[in-house]
Order: sequence, then C-alpha cells, then structure tokens
Amino acid sequence: MIRLERLTKLYHMGDLEVPALRGIDLEVGDGEFIAIMGPSGSGKSTLMNLIGCLDQPTAGRYILDDVDVSGLTEDELAWIRNRKIGFVFQSFNLIPRATALHNVEMPLIYAGENQKRRDKALAALASVGLQERAQHMPSELSGGQQQRVAIARALVTDPSILLADEPTGNLDSESSLEIMRLLAELNQQGRTIVLITHEPDIARFAHRIVRLRDGLVVSDQPQAIAAGATETAP
Amino acid sequence: MTILEALRLAMGGVVANRLRSGLTMLGILIGVAAVILLVGVGNGASAAVQQQIEALGSNLLIIFPANAKSGGIQQGFGTASTLTMDDVRALADRQAAPDVAAAIPSASGRLQVTFGNQNWNTSLTGTTQDFPSVRNYQVASGQFFTGADVGAASKVAVIGQTVVDSLFNGADPIGQVIKLNRQSFRVIGVFASKGGSGFNNQDDVVVTPITTAWNYLLGGRGRNVQQIYVAARSAQSTQVASDEVTQILLDRHHISDPAQADFQILSQQDILSSASQTTGILTLMLGAIAGISLVVGGIGIMNIMLVTVTERTREIGIRKAIGARRRDILTQFLIESMFLAGVGGALGILVGILAGRGLPALVSALPAPLISLPSVLMAFGISVGIGLFFGIYPANRAARLHPIEALRYE
Repeated sequence: MIRLERLTKLYHMGDLEVPALRGIDLEVGDGEFIAIMGPSGSGKSTLMNLIGCLDQPTAGRYILDDVDVSGLTEDELAWIRNRKIGFVFQSFNLIPRATALHNVEMPLIYAGENQKRRDKALAALASVGLQERAQHMPSELSGGQQQRVAIARALVTDPSILLADEPTGNLDSESSLEIMRLLAELNQQGRTIVLITHEPDIARFAHRIVRLRDGLVVSDQPQAIAAGATETAP
Repeated sequence: MTILEALRLAMGGVVANRLRSGLTMLGILIGVAAVILLVGVGNGASAAVQQQIEALGSNLLIIFPANAKSGGIQQGFGTASTLTMDDVRALADRQAAPDVAAAIPSASGRLQVTFGNQNWNTSLTGTTQDFPSVRNYQVASGQFFTGADVGAASKVAVIGQTVVDSLFNGADPIGQVIKLNRQSFRVIGVFASKGGSGFNNQDDVVVTPITTAWNYLLGGRGRNVQQIYVAARSAQSTQVASDEVTQILLDRHHISDPAQADFQILSQQDILSSASQTTGILTLMLGAIAGISLVVGGIGIMNIMLVTVTERTREIGIRKAIGARRRDILTQFLIESMFLAGVGGALGILVGILAGRGLPALVSALPAPLISLPSVLMAFGISVGIGLFFGIYPANRAARLHPIEALRYE
C-alpha cells in the first residue's frame, strides 16, 4: 500500500529552485497495476525515485505499508529497497561481469540470505523462463532476456511492489510485448506494479493510468477509459 | 554480506582488470621484496659481525689503559701507558685470580713485511705464548713460539693466512725468512684462517714475541703493553674474573678509589652488545628505505582504487538500488584493495626470499641475508595494512555515492 500526501520535491540548481513535484496526492492499493504517464519534465522520474525510496522528498509524506518513510536514514531506506521494492530499469542495469544467476542472487546477498540463495535465485530465473541461461553473462543475452533477468532480480526477495521505469524503452516490439505480458502475469499473482512510461501501447496493460504534468497529477483514470482512447504519443 | 562473499566480489573485480591489477600488485610486490631483502641483508650483516666478535676469543676481557691526561686535558681512549708486563704476570697468578684462565699482553703496530720481491702492509702483534688459546687462533702448520722465545726475544714470527697468500705465492712459508722493517725473521708457524674481511680481517696478522716486538719493531714506544687480553674460565665466570682483574690492578697501581682507575675493562659481551646496537640501526635504516617503496606501492593502490570506483559508479548505483548499505559497498572495495595488497605482498615475500638466496652469488662482498619468519609475517601484515589504509578513502567515496546520481552515471 502506497500513500503519497502533498509530496514535493525541489532541486537546487545554483541559486535557482526548480520544483520537480509540486504536491502529489496518490494512493496505490495492494495488487494494483498502475501506469504513470507524462511528457519528459513532468516529474515522473522524480516520482519514481521517491516511490522507490532512492531519494527523499523535500516536503510531504510517503507512507509505505503504514510506515512513514520520508524521514528514514540511508541504510533504513536500503533495507526497504531490498525487501519491499523490486526495480526494473529501462537500461536493465545488470552487472556486466556477473552471470545471470549471480545478478539475480545479488539482492539476497545484501539481505543476508545465505542458505537458500542459489535455490531462490534459480526459482526466480525459472519464473521468467530463463533457468537454462543461469550461467550466461548479460552480454550473451538478448535485450528481452536481459530484462527478464532484471525482473527475476526484482522478484527474488519477494517484494510487494514492482517498480518498472520504461521497462520496454530499449526493446523491440515483440520483446516489449513479452515483458508486458510477464508483468501482467505477475500482477495477476497479486503483486503491485507501478509502471512508468510514455508509450500508450505499453500503458494499456495497466488497470489505472495517472497522468502528470509540471509536477502535478492532471488525471487519474481506470484503464478501460484510457485503453479506448486514441492518443498520440506525447 | 559474509566475508567470503565480499572476497568473491573483490576477486571478480581484480580478475576483470588483469593487467591493471597485476601492475598495481607489482608496486606492492617490489616494496615487500625490498623490505624483506634489505632487512635480511641487515640481519645478515649483524650475524656476521657477531660471529667475528665471537671469533676474537672465548670469554674474553680486554684491558685498556685509561685515557691520558695532558695538562688536565683528556686525551683519546687508551692513550696512557699504565699497563706493564708485571701486570700481566700478576693476572696470571692463580691464587689471586682463580677465575682467570690466561692473560696475555699485546703491543701492536702496522708495518711492512717483505719476502723476496713481494711486500705487504700488515698489523703486528707482540704477545706471549698463550696468544693462540686466549685469542682462539689455531696453528695450521708449524708451531707457535714458546715462553723461551719470549724470554730470549727470538726473531721468529707466526703469520696469518692473508699474509701467506700475499707473499708466498703457493710456496711453503715454514722456515722461510721474511723481513719486518728490513730485519730478518724466521717464519715458524701459520695460523688457520678465521675468516672475516675488510677492517676486521683477523687473518692479516704477524705475531711475534712481545720482547722481540719491543726490541726490534716498535721502537720509540718503550716497553709498553697496549692491551691485556684475559680469558675467563667460563662464560659464567667473566664477571667474577673482571672483578678479580680490577682488584689486582687497583692494588698494583696503588689506587683506592675504583672511579680513579687508570685502566678500563671491556668484556666481549660489551663489544657484542654495542656492535649489535650499531647493526640494529643499520637494519632499521635499510628497512625504512625499503619501506618508502612500500608506501609508493600503497599510493599506487589508492590511485587504482579511485579509478575503479569511478569506473564502477553505475554498478555501485545498481547495488545500492537493490539494497546494498554503505557498509556493504565499503567492505567490497576495502577487501578489493586489501586483496590486491595481500597478493602483491605474498608474491613480494616469495621474490624477496628468492632474491635473498641469489644475492650472495651476485655480490660476494655482502653477507648472506638472513630472512626470518617474523619479518616475513610482519611484511605480509604491513602490506595488507597498506591495502586497508590506502583503500579507505576510495572505498568511502564509493560508499557515499548517492544511488540516483550513481545510476545516472554513464
């Protein structure tokens, strides 16, 4: 359960204060599949960083599973990222000199899980259909496969929320479809998914679409309406 | 994160840049090898000096005259001529000095010795018949002179191996006549080699009866005993013997206050400890010089770790995003730098030991380096410590990176 109250983020550029978020109110329930859309500069990346606990808001509150995370220390935030949030990035962000299996194991290393680490990592790889590629290096995998390894890495600590930031931005349309089907499937298994995208075709998979403009929420609609709309890409 | 996991990570980082890691290790390798080798050379020199001092004699006490005073001004060490042959005889008195095994006088100087058309500059010692036993000289061929020779001031000489090698060119010296200060002396014996080199070559000697030396060779100095060598009965009795000698000489010289004594006693132990102090400083200095190269190697590690941290900024961002705490990142890079330094150090120890083995073959003048286990362990410990010290700054820089900025880094 994610609850954002008047969430504000200011960046300082020299003497200038640039507001990236100007008071976001948003609630995402457990098991939702929500897409956050908006043109570049709308603040969607900043919002993603805040929801992912990679950054702290300037003002406002962020309550994640009944805990106010706005005031936590860096190491406490690291713990939350490790246990509660799985990241899927546009550029995959796998560690190039580690095997697929080792990449997937990595969050478990920081979680202090030593006993069943390998089994859990293999299970996560199997759940994205890549158990045969466990010993491959990222450079030996296709883009779609790399993104599936990244999803396996996001899943391995069994987090309640999956944060996907333009997960198909670097993929061809066929791989994109594959990845989106995988995310939809994970959502059906009960995982909350927050998707950030500017592609309407991708956003169509979500059940709810939130649009941002200039650091504010401008619309928040269920998917049925959004899916029917004929939109031009921003 | 376990240490094993951190080590695996660190090794991955090292292996990913083999050449760079190898060169960085080389810096530490050279430093550690230099420390091991130079400290080994210092210890070797120390052992050689010790051996030479022990070769002076066994349980030896050396009695020097006190410093002369000329118009109230103190002169150099041992410049007075207060020791006499009578003192030597008194010290040989078993009743008064039961712990003295033997006492011999020594009057010495440098002179030119010639045989045929060969000549050599050597040191002369005039002494008595107990010289071989007190000073640990073995007579290899011929014989040493007797008490009768001392009484008669016979023109006989016993010579060391260096003098034999310099003059006789392979011929048998026994019975030959050599010239000392243009006077003829018969060679009656040759000492077995004692080793030693340079200033401390105990084979570069000509020994004659002290009476002969006084009469023919050390003219102008009178019947003066420069030093008395006393052999104590055993190592345990050197202190007692020293006390006995002091008492006898004080009585003979009519001195009641020991502080006013006109002689000084130096034991072999004193010489040994002052020499080992000197060689200890030498070892320390050599070690310190080598230590500088170790520090340079450490700076090399720091440099490479800074490059590594910059290169892996994105990786650090990824790790932080998936839950690595500051401590995890810090440990990873610290272990990596300690691994570099530790492996470099271990290889350096190996190279240092091998070089220590090979060194005497290359430079024969150097004493064989002595490489001890504690110095090896210390060198390894120091190299790992250097990895830790020079790794702290880069690792800390990595640990403090902000996850978002690190993730954005291209």
